[in-house]
Amino acid sequence: MLNISDIMQTVNMIDHQHLDIRTITLGISLYDCASSDVHKCARKIRDKICRKAENLVKVGCEIENEYGIPIVNKRISVTPIAEIAASCESDDYSVIGHALNDAASECGVNFIGGFSALVHKGFTESDKRLIASIPRTLAETELVCSSVNVATTKAGINMDAVAMMGRVIKETANLTADKNGLGCAKLVVFANAVEDNPFMAGAFHGAGEPECVINVGVSGPGVVWRALKDVKGESFDVVAETVKRTAFRITRMGQVVANAASERLGIPFGIVDLSLAPTPAKGDSVARILEEMGLKVCGTHGTTAALALLNDAVKKGGVMASGHVGGLSGAFIPVSEDEGMIHAVKSGALSIEKLEAMTCVCSVGLDMIAVPGDTSAETIAAIIADESAIGVINNKTTAVRVIPAPGKSVGDSVEFGGLLGNAPVMRVNNAGSDEFVARGGRIPAPIHSLRN
Amino acid sequence: MKAVMTVTAQDRVGIIAGVCSLLAEMGVNILDLSQTVMQGIFTMTLLVDTSTSSHTFDEIRTALMTRGEKESLNIHIQRADIFEAMHRV
Repeated sequence: MLNISDIMQTVNMIDHQHLDIRTITLGISLYDCASSDVHKCARKIRDKICRKAENLVKVGCEIENEYGIPIVNKRISVTPIAEIAASCESDDYSVIGHALNDAASECGVNFIGGFSALVHKGFTESDKRLIASIPRTLAETELVCSSVNVATTKAGINMDAVAMMGRVIKETANLTADKNGLGCAKLVVFANAVEDNPFMAGAFHGAGEPECVINVGVSGPGVVWRALKDVKGESFDVVAETVKRTAFRITRMGQVVANAASERLGIPFGIVDLSLAPTPAKGDSVARILEEMGLKVCGTHGTTAALALLNDAVKKGGVMASGHVGGLSGAFIPVSEDEGMIHAVKSGALSIEKLEAMTCVCSVGLDMIAVPGDTSAETIAAIIADESAIGVINNKTTAVRVIPAPGKSVGDSVEFGGLLGNAPVMRVNNAGSDEFVARGGRIPAPIHSLRN
Repeated sequence: MKAVMTVTAQDRVGIIAGVCSLLAEMGVNILDLSQTVMQGIFTMTLLVDTSTSSHTFDEIRTALMTRGEKESLNIHIQRADIFEAMHRV
């Protein structure tokens, strides 16, 4: 039989250290749902999702009960809608947004992602229509998540798209002003977006993916934090080894759940995403892991190095535990969703500039950050441009999910509720970037993209 | 189905008897059992086979939870494969 202390360790991880499966995400291809009539297209999309995802929540709950592991979210990702709706003779894609929302709500999932467009090298007419439909769709729906990829290492940065997304984020915030700009929490601007990301708000089902696929995102900052408490004062060699061992266990659990879900649903397994995803709950924070390494507050000098070690060790430990690793696979550093990050911002130790530096060494980017409501569209676009440059040059995914909270200024806090948490409004640099953003065009791909 | 059960509680007389007779009533076969008292906390792990029972896994789980709540026992029952995956390479 198994060792009693191993068994108790697992039980304690689940009971006291917030170990859970963050998400089982079902990817569904919608390529066969195209139609020239937008209403017909929407109907086909809704029918297909409801058919394919019929048992997702039921099976998720079954696995939860049998394995005794909480599965926090069951989600759906779909083919970027800009590609599916291209043949629709309509300027307004919010009809499709509503169809996605209805399907998600009928299947009982927490979110549906894929109201998306990939415009890193330029826009199709459909991309433009989709982007124009984002603010209204996010304001009128509850469960739909949207993402736009504006840059890749291969194509460079589409600065017209960057400028456009600055305006779209502002408009989305204004249309959801009664909910503190909540719409922006469901909108991600990417560089180097991945096709198999199970996490929201950036999940979509990429063009290279099969008809349907199961992707699983694990969690477990609390477990890593607890493990590091046992090696207080030891060298970084020991810290890295401890994180690796812990990540191995967490990922193995993710793999077991992914296999079970795939088998029971009769849908192929895609990947396990190794990201350490925090929640606003105490003891489930990535920031607190960094502090456990010896930093007084997350955001002080040394934070980037600590995060680099964490991110790398999680990958090294996780990669051996899973058949296929993919998605974003790194430590997440969302502000509003991480109790330690919120504390660090409130204490004045963590700024946007430091967060930007941290995104150089981890996934995924400036995530769930509230900025003053009067931040201009151009400043938001310039923030996106900076973050995209980090992704493009470093050959990694980066993203921006900022919320210009209407009517709020530095010192205020914005409550989003649930896993989205509570965001202290952060200071942005007020020196204008307007002329920079107004130039438009494309920032060329870096020289190291020419690898053939 | 093979499952791992854990029971933790303040140590007292009759915990094993109570839990095991409930398992027997439900037709669940015990394959292995180990028990210790750590800092005054009674800790027991059992490897059980639920396929000998006429009850579903959910019914067994619910019965154990209900008994646990009534008698202040912290009881978990989970499929065994999860432990093997996490602790064996």
